[in-house]
Amino acid sequence: MFEPFFLSFKLASLTVVILFIISLPLSWYLSQTKSKIKPLLEAITALPIVLPPSVLGFYILWALSSTSPLGAFLEDYFGVKLVFSFSGLVVASCFYSLPFMVQPLQNGFQSINKNMLEASYIAGKSKIQTIFRVALPNMKPALLTALVVTFAHTVGEFGVVLMVGGSIPGETKVASVAIYEMVEVMDYKAAHIYSIIMLLISFIVLLSVYIFNAKHNRKFGFTR
Amino acid sequence: MIHIAIKKRLHGSHGDMNLDVKLDIKNGEFLALSGASGSGKTTLLRILAGLEESDGFIKINDTIWQDEKKMLVPQKREIGFVFQDYALFENMSVLQNLLFVKEDRELALHLLELTELDKLKDRYPNSLSGGQKQRVSICRAMMAKPKLLLLDEPLSALDPNIRTKLQQELLTLHKEFQTTTIMVSHDPSEIYKLATRVIVLDNGIIQGDGTPKEVLLKTQGSQKFSFDGELLELKKIDVIYIAVVAIGQQIVEVVLSKKESIGLKVGQTITLSTKAFSPIISHP
Repeated sequence: MFEPFFLSFKLASLTVVILFIISLPLSWYLSQTKSKIKPLLEAITALPIVLPPSVLGFYILWALSSTSPLGAFLEDYFGVKLVFSFSGLVVASCFYSLPFMVQPLQNGFQSINKNMLEASYIAGKSKIQTIFRVALPNMKPALLTALVVTFAHTVGEFGVVLMVGGSIPGETKVASVAIYEMVEVMDYKAAHIYSIIMLLISFIVLLSVYIFNAKHNRKFGFTR
Repeated sequence: MIHIAIKKRLHGSHGDMNLDVKLDIKNGEFLALSGASGSGKTTLLRILAGLEESDGFIKINDTIWQDEKKMLVPQKREIGFVFQDYALFENMSVLQNLLFVKEDRELALHLLELTELDKLKDRYPNSLSGGQKQRVSICRAMMAKPKLLLLDEPLSALDPNIRTKLQQELLTLHKEFQTTTIMVSHDPSEIYKLATRVIVLDNGIIQGDGTPKEVLLKTQGSQKFSFDGELLELKKIDVIYIAVVAIGQQIVEVVLSKKESIGLKVGQTITLSTKAFSPIISHP
């Protein structure tokens, strides 16, 4: 009976991993560049925050369907069908949650003392070594915020999932969609159980993040 | 030997200016870089470190750091850099900060001992005082046994007692490692104690170059003492005038005749000199 939850968490975990890999170089670039295309990239990255999920879902559906060039290419050469499948949901979630990963990471990188990064370069360390050994360990609250909020935001997505994934049990029927259907068929008892679980999990996760950040700030202080 | 011939257009707070520096530095020299703020001192240091681009040529011994064709990245220059704000890696202990540069435990412990930090080696930067942090930063810069050590106003944020102690330590380190050093400093006593040569930069151009004595000593002719100070107050008492002058951290009173007092304005920078023959030196 709790299959939709597992599906939600599986989707969110995969999305977090994929987005972290994509966002790390992107947010680093955005934090360091003085290039004129920076505002353009920032605007594109932030789009999913303001776009109605239905618009995002519609474009993803259109781009991935077997009648579009991209969808046809993927189906012909790799045999993957991204519409109404779990893989499609992962792709859609990566678009939908992108800003929630990129923005905290970018802010985190920007908050790091530039001299600290330069001291690392002078010590002979490459940019990649500097990111992993100096930058990321010194922005743990931003890192945690990025990972947790992306996870929570993916668990909480509804509109895009419904459009791109539909509601196939065990494949694309995640918790949020399941609740919608329960309400639709007036199974309020199940809807209550699902909803209270969602509410508690979300609350506990966010509370843990804020407690961690408060502790971290008290320990290291904010002198910058 | 280090040959420097660089040019760069700077957009400073006082409008645009051209940094244009030609300089040869001998190995083992301790060079103090002085000059008003905005004269291009920090930029020169950053250009030498490879952190900022410029036109021109930098060569150290037989290695070219920069010419028309190439620009060596900071990672490959084998330099040490000490920032005014320390820039320690806050996620690492004192010892780890040093070992991050080079996995040479023996050298790290030796440096920490020289600077009396050995007891603090497992502490994290946020639990250290400013003076301790800057000592760690200096040790960290020495870990790579740099060909050139660059210090950007390393002691200016510290209080006078700690400054004196750290100046002594810098001197100890320089004696032991003979590292060619360039230090930005505004403090004449610091320059006199540490440097073998002073460069004065003004608006991006070298205006003075010599030993600390030649550049810093203000007396000319038969004067024995000469100080620059700020006139704080000018008061008339009976037939004489008394000027109150701030020199460094001290306030002194000087008696003037009416003639001498003409044209003086409070707030003005003045030079105070005397021809006293036998000064009395005492200590508390």
